[in-house]
Amino acid sequence: MFSILSALAQRIDLLKQVRRGNTGDVIYKVLAYLFGLALLGIVVAIIWELWVQSAFARQEFGISFLWSTSFDPVQAQFGALQFIQGTLVTAVVAVSLAAPLGIGIAAFLVEIAPRRVNAVVGFLVEMLAAIPSVVYGLWGIFVLAPFLRDYVAPWLTATLGWTPMFSGSFSGYSVFTASLVLTIMILPTAAAITRNVLQAVPKEQREGMLALGATRWEMFSQAVLPYAKGGVIGAMALALGRAAGETMAVTIIIGNARRIFTSMFEQGATIASVIAGNFTDADSGAYVSSLFLLGLILFAMTFTINVLARLLIKATSSGPTG
Amino acid sequence: MSQEGGKAGPQRAGGTSSVTAQTMEVQNLSAYYNKFKAVTDVSMKIEPNKVTALIGPSGCGKSTFIRTLNRMHEIARGGRIEGKVLLDGEDIYDDRVDPVQVRRKIGMVFQKPNPFPTMSVYDNVVAGLKLERRHKKSELDEVVEKMLRQAALWDEVKDKLSANGTDLSGGQQQRLCIARTLALEPQVILLDEPASALDPMSSQKIEDAMQELKERYTIVIVTHNMQQASRSSDYTGFFFIEDMGQPGQLWEFGETSKMFSNPERQETEDYVTGRFG
Repeated sequence: MFSILSALAQRIDLLKQVRRGNTGDVIYKVLAYLFGLALLGIVVAIIWELWVQSAFARQEFGISFLWSTSFDPVQAQFGALQFIQGTLVTAVVAVSLAAPLGIGIAAFLVEIAPRRVNAVVGFLVEMLAAIPSVVYGLWGIFVLAPFLRDYVAPWLTATLGWTPMFSGSFSGYSVFTASLVLTIMILPTAAAITRNVLQAVPKEQREGMLALGATRWEMFSQAVLPYAKGGVIGAMALALGRAAGETMAVTIIIGNARRIFTSMFEQGATIASVIAGNFTDADSGAYVSSLFLLGLILFAMTFTINVLARLLIKATSSGPTG
Repeated sequence: MSQEGGKAGPQRAGGTSSVTAQTMEVQNLSAYYNKFKAVTDVSMKIEPNKVTALIGPSGCGKSTFIRTLNRMHEIARGGRIEGKVLLDGEDIYDDRVDPVQVRRKIGMVFQKPNPFPTMSVYDNVVAGLKLERRHKKSELDEVVEKMLRQAALWDEVKDKLSANGTDLSGGQQQRLCIARTLALEPQVILLDEPASALDPMSSQKIEDAMQELKERYTIVIVTHNMQQASRSSDYTGFFFIEDMGQPGQLWEFGETSKMFSNPERQETEDYVTGRFG
């Protein structure tokens, strides 16, 4: 209601401006509106398309699509649970590894490194984000996977092999490898945003803690980090969203086994990787529609994570009220 | 020197020891930011149980100077000093002295109230104490009440000790920061324009608190408020900068009554009578 009123007011304002002879301004405004609306239109169109295209699968399988694990093109039976599992496990493992690393990098850059090192390394960290996803995938399968197979996996089997998590043999293509590549891929996001959040902590907070006889570590852990907590959580949620949606590298590495996995050494699939790996084979209406429904689920997941992340960052970057 | 189990290391004074105000003596102190000299060749004696006010026009180095007195200046990029600052006869800049220990003995209250926003009023007061070692709850309760009383804040916040530190008004926040500093039972308290961000009423309350505090502590205060300096201080130092780009100097130092009625130098008189600055 309010937005309609304000839009109306805007239009009357525009007419006034035309009368005053400010045609340039009017053209600028109209164009800006159109571009803004175009963006909104694209988002709406994507959601609409996902919704319409997945209609068949939604009617056919209903809500049970979410917890079904069948993926049988011949019988035209499809489910999403194993892919939701793959997506969540790889993303959560990646974030729980990237979070301490990212916070550590950011803390070093903001609190310890000289200003020039902060600028240069900060730039390099952001550069990591510019490496194409497929390059990470190639690196993961030809460099990281053999390294893990020769050095890390035997050790993990020896020490943690008795847990289901690291049981079985490790072939290179695995949920484990995919999770580690994702960790490196989301590290720039985690580190760069955390760095910005830490930099935004007011000087007064640091000084206040130091003046109480805190060491630099105490200052960081008791004044800086609590102040920045929300923003750091937001950064990690954003990284989680990125990890969940990552496609190319994961498709190359994870092995694309369309079943529930119990060990990190097994092969698995994520929603993104199953869509990327199967769209060329999708020959029936049910198949295509199921892939679209998977896309809709992924979109809902990353959208929710992103919105929560943005809200958290916004709530903290504006600072506590006082 | 080494005490068992204390994570904070040796010699952190306990919050329950008795306080003695100490004399500070500044000898030929110059303060720099990298190559830029902000303050040059200051020597003064800061008497115990007295309020020493530092006044002067903006940019004359008062704030830089007061921050050298508890080694907060060196936190700034390129911040360093030459000269000596003696606390009870010992140079706080001696190589063997840990700046962390210095700041526990010489507390500081800043221009802008800076309570920790994620902590309650209660936790703000004991934030410094909690750094040193474990305390009993009853011990902390006692400290909180005592320090809030000394900072003239107890009556206003005794029913909302668990409220967020930043939920208080600006003036209350500043007194909370004073209480937080007092909780460490420092020997000297430095206040860097503590009332400049506050309304006159709140400013008055801080001034009143200061009068009570000088019974126990040595106090140094930077202020832009001439009335405040003349009313509440015993000694006044006038900082002055001869020309842009020159370092600030301690132009004149003496008893407040003399500095405000019959100063030695013309610039001091011009400043305290409001003819410039």
